[in-house]
Amino acid sequence: MMQLNCPWCGPRDENEFVCGGTTHIDRPALGADDTQWGRYLFFRDNPKGVHLERWRHASGCGQWFNMARHTVTHAVLAVYRLGEPPPAAGKS
Amino acid sequence: MAGSRLAAPAGAWLDRSRQLSFTFNGRELRGFAGDTLASALIASGVQLVGRSVKLHRPRGVWSCGAEEPCALVDVGEGGRRTPNVRATVLPLSEGLAARSVNCWPGVGFDLGALTGACAALLPAGFYYKTFMWPDWHWFEPAIRRMAGLGRAPTRADPDHYEEIAADTDVLVVGGGPAGLAAAAAAAEAGARTLLLTSGARWGGALAWQAGAEGAAAEMRARRAGVRLQSHTRAFGVYDHNLVCALETVVSEGRTDLPPCVLRERLWKIRARQVIAAAGAFERPLLFPDNDRPGVMLARAAHQYAAAFGVACGRRALIAANSDSAYATARALQSLGVAVAAIVDRREAPAAAAAADRIPVRTGAALIAVAGTRAVRGCTVARVSDGAPVRGSAEHFECDLILNAGGHAPAVHLHSQAGGRLRWLAASAMFVPDGAAPGLASVGACAGVFDPPAAVSHAAAVGEALARGRAAPEPPVGGAGTCAPVTRVAGVAGKQFVDLQNDVTSADVALAGRENYRSVEHLKRYTTTGMGTDQGKTSNINALILMGECSGQPPETVGTTRFRPPFVPVTLGALVGRRVGELYRPLKFLPAHAWHLAHGALVESFGDWRRPAAYPRAGESLEQAAQREAGTVRRSAGLFDGSPLGKLEVYGPDAARFLDLMYVGTMSTLALGQARYGVLLNENGTLVDDGIVARLGAEHFWVNTTTAGAERTAAAFEEWLQCEYTGFRVLVTPVSSRWANVTVAGPRAWQWLAACGFEAALAPHAMAHMTLRASTWQGLPLRVLRASFSGELGYEVNLPADHAATLFGALWERGREFGAELYGIEALQVLRTEKGYLHIGTDTDGTTLPQDVGMARGIEKKAANFIGRRSLSRPVASDPARPQLVGLASADARTLLAVGAQIAARRAPALSEGRVTSSCWSPALGRPVALALLNGGAGRLGERVRVHHLGRSTEAEVVKTPFVDPQGARLHG
Repeated sequence: MMQLNCPWCGPRDENEFVCGGTTHIDRPALGADDTQWGRYLFFRDNPKGVHLERWRHASGCGQWFNMARHTVTHAVLAVYRLGEPPPAAGKS
Repeated sequence: MAGSRLAAPAGAWLDRSRQLSFTFNGRELRGFAGDTLASALIASGVQLVGRSVKLHRPRGVWSCGAEEPCALVDVGEGGRRTPNVRATVLPLSEGLAARSVNCWPGVGFDLGALTGACAALLPAGFYYKTFMWPDWHWFEPAIRRMAGLGRAPTRADPDHYEEIAADTDVLVVGGGPAGLAAAAAAAEAGARTLLLTSGARWGGALAWQAGAEGAAAEMRARRAGVRLQSHTRAFGVYDHNLVCALETVVSEGRTDLPPCVLRERLWKIRARQVIAAAGAFERPLLFPDNDRPGVMLARAAHQYAAAFGVACGRRALIAANSDSAYATARALQSLGVAVAAIVDRREAPAAAAAADRIPVRTGAALIAVAGTRAVRGCTVARVSDGAPVRGSAEHFECDLILNAGGHAPAVHLHSQAGGRLRWLAASAMFVPDGAAPGLASVGACAGVFDPPAAVSHAAAVGEALARGRAAPEPPVGGAGTCAPVTRVAGVAGKQFVDLQNDVTSADVALAGRENYRSVEHLKRYTTTGMGTDQGKTSNINALILMGECSGQPPETVGTTRFRPPFVPVTLGALVGRRVGELYRPLKFLPAHAWHLAHGALVESFGDWRRPAAYPRAGESLEQAAQREAGTVRRSAGLFDGSPLGKLEVYGPDAARFLDLMYVGTMSTLALGQARYGVLLNENGTLVDDGIVARLGAEHFWVNTTTAGAERTAAAFEEWLQCEYTGFRVLVTPVSSRWANVTVAGPRAWQWLAACGFEAALAPHAMAHMTLRASTWQGLPLRVLRASFSGELGYEVNLPADHAATLFGALWERGREFGAELYGIEALQVLRTEKGYLHIGTDTDGTTLPQDVGMARGIEKKAANFIGRRSLSRPVASDPARPQLVGLASADARTLLAVGAQIAARRAPALSEGRVTSSCWSPALGRPVALALLNGGAGRLGERVRVHHLGRSTEAEVVKTPFVDPQGARLHG
């Protein structure tokens, strides 16, 4: 069970959170063709390495935040707010 | 009779002034306080403790710790029965009753030994080859009964279990000399330090070998401020340095207990740094019949003598592959156990020079063991190229054969934390290759076997980690030389690799011949290392053997993945307090007690406990539901709809936001007006529905389904926080703030008026699908005129604390209006008669709004909404899609089963749909049903066949609603 650093509440156990999957997703406009729309709905990258994802502190403040996590070691490389760009690579 | 008790000063852990009685297989025996069950059994001369799992070979005590593979017993009675307890770690208590496992009628005479005679039919992986023809299922029940060791209890556990969370700077696992030194140094450097040990005593081996040194080390740790936690065994390292440990508060088998005790405590420890000081296991040698009772680990025999005052035999022979054999031999002799010889597998061990007067044979191995239920002697021969040299055989009389085959550092915690291993060829062991992230190893588990070096390195590590510096590299060494392969070729007899699972060297060779190349496959095919001991004394031998068979060095073969738990952990400890009523959180209606007092039959609907119906005496649930539904249509009914989801959506962009969320348009609602809406996910699937009403210019009242209350609020939050971040909207869930008292039926308004509701709420003054603020007896109300029953209906929302008051006031006048209470079952009857869908019942993960008749509403709306794009995919306009229709049984008698398949022919056939809701209609006197049918919208009037459990019925596809299709009854 990981320990995640909620930007508002501080370090809490993973079971207080809900994972919302990949973040920084570009939602196509209403005019997108069926293939573009299908890729958006059903295709996600599944990296063996750093994954940018978002989590919600469901049993706490209820806020969403972004996180960079290594999918093999579960090391959390960065926690940043929704709407912010991911921190530059190499910065821990 | 091999074992016996030694006189003091042997037995440092015993309290000889307190004698204890216990039973083993019904036989009364005695021991002392401080004994384990194993030490007391050996001291009482018991050698035969159990039978092995597959071949039912007689087995005795093998070790002196948690790595025990053979001496497993069942302990306790009834709900306190615990199977497969390791006798070597179970503290003896007065009245303890222990029983052998896996033998019948008894461990002495066991019919299961016949399987030993069939050993040729039972090699590794036999279940893939034998007992297959004509049908595996003929043999499976018998084999299942024979599998396993102990028997599980059949009564509920009366005791309870706890969970405790701890946070610390430095966690040290293992209370031996290295662990104590590391912990003391860390605490002295200012770190909050927690030290765990699995037993009762501190000092590890020092506690029974070196007297005063152990006490001094413990004292130093205490004075430094280390928090010492005994009886607590760490069993796993998880993400982000979470270490879980199991504290034994009350050991198994105690008979002096009150009806319920706290038995175990699960520790969840979050540590900045972990130091593993877990020690090392002794590695046994391979030789024929190396599993007989009387064959043990050498260090175990030493510990039994020194700590427990037990001689495991009168005359021991030590099979050696490590220098430790010689020190152990001298120690045993000084404690009173004669040593017949040391048989060293190695050619020219330096330590042989210091053997005193004990006969030593070098470059030699055991080639036979005499005795089946107890060792009587053995045959030793010189070996060359792994095979015995002709003519060099020698017989020795002994009743104890001790394995001193080298050491295997306990690298479990290091590996679970992601650390890597390297192979030390000279000592034939795996040691940590550098530190793991967040975890450093000290002492024997790091490969440091020289005691002073281990202690000083451990102290340096403790101080470094406390100060936030990297741990210094361990001075690996001190274990001397050790030959990796000890198997003797060219001799008869089974050479056991894994004692618990009866895996022999022949099985490992078999796996190699059958081309299993990976050590993970070797493990699973032979089951080596898969018992409750998880291969602590067998894994290294197994992978070395595999390497020998496949021509690979051990470091290439590698180890299997180390996974928690390190020792078996009870389900009770993992579950903790979440049993019985606390198993999962249940939700209760605010007026729960009132409903119970008025005859409610309460059942579980998801997390909610709600009245299914209010049956009268002698009525079944179905009869009650029919009666209640009928009464609602004839006069009036009272229902508790409080679990319905309620949200307040507020803000300048609230209207715009709801238009984006819902398929319908909510921004055009006038003040007080309400509209039914459905929510889709981005795939276009229906996920929730409910009524939305406008409370103010920037204020909306949103109802969701009961099951979707939390989910829908969370979805709205996600859209607002993650995507539509510029919208100025607040979403506040208020489901538990407001109770919902629903009054429905033709006489509903007369009833409410008689109870003091204001005239502005009357049907002629308040239209259907409107919401009014009101008061009743000073309580604020939000009254919604809506209906899920199809009759005139009022949903009275009031502060939840006062729900029972309103129910009581209404119920007092109910009889005058012919009213009755109704529950969920009646509600389902009413809504099915009207063809009103239930999301998740009449829809599934593929159902689009046009499949349930909402196509027109979508066409009318120009603006985007969540899921809109998915509604224009080609599949969405396929006319053969499953669509929601009504079904009427052709014979007007047969109730269609929910889930019944619609198909042209009997199975096997292509299904065209299924029945989703079905009930007997009290209003019509015949059954009615809803179904998802391929192309249903275009098949009205068609006759279809409905199949269920081998029978089929004819039904006609009809339009819904079944009752009052014009909806006139909504207006009372």
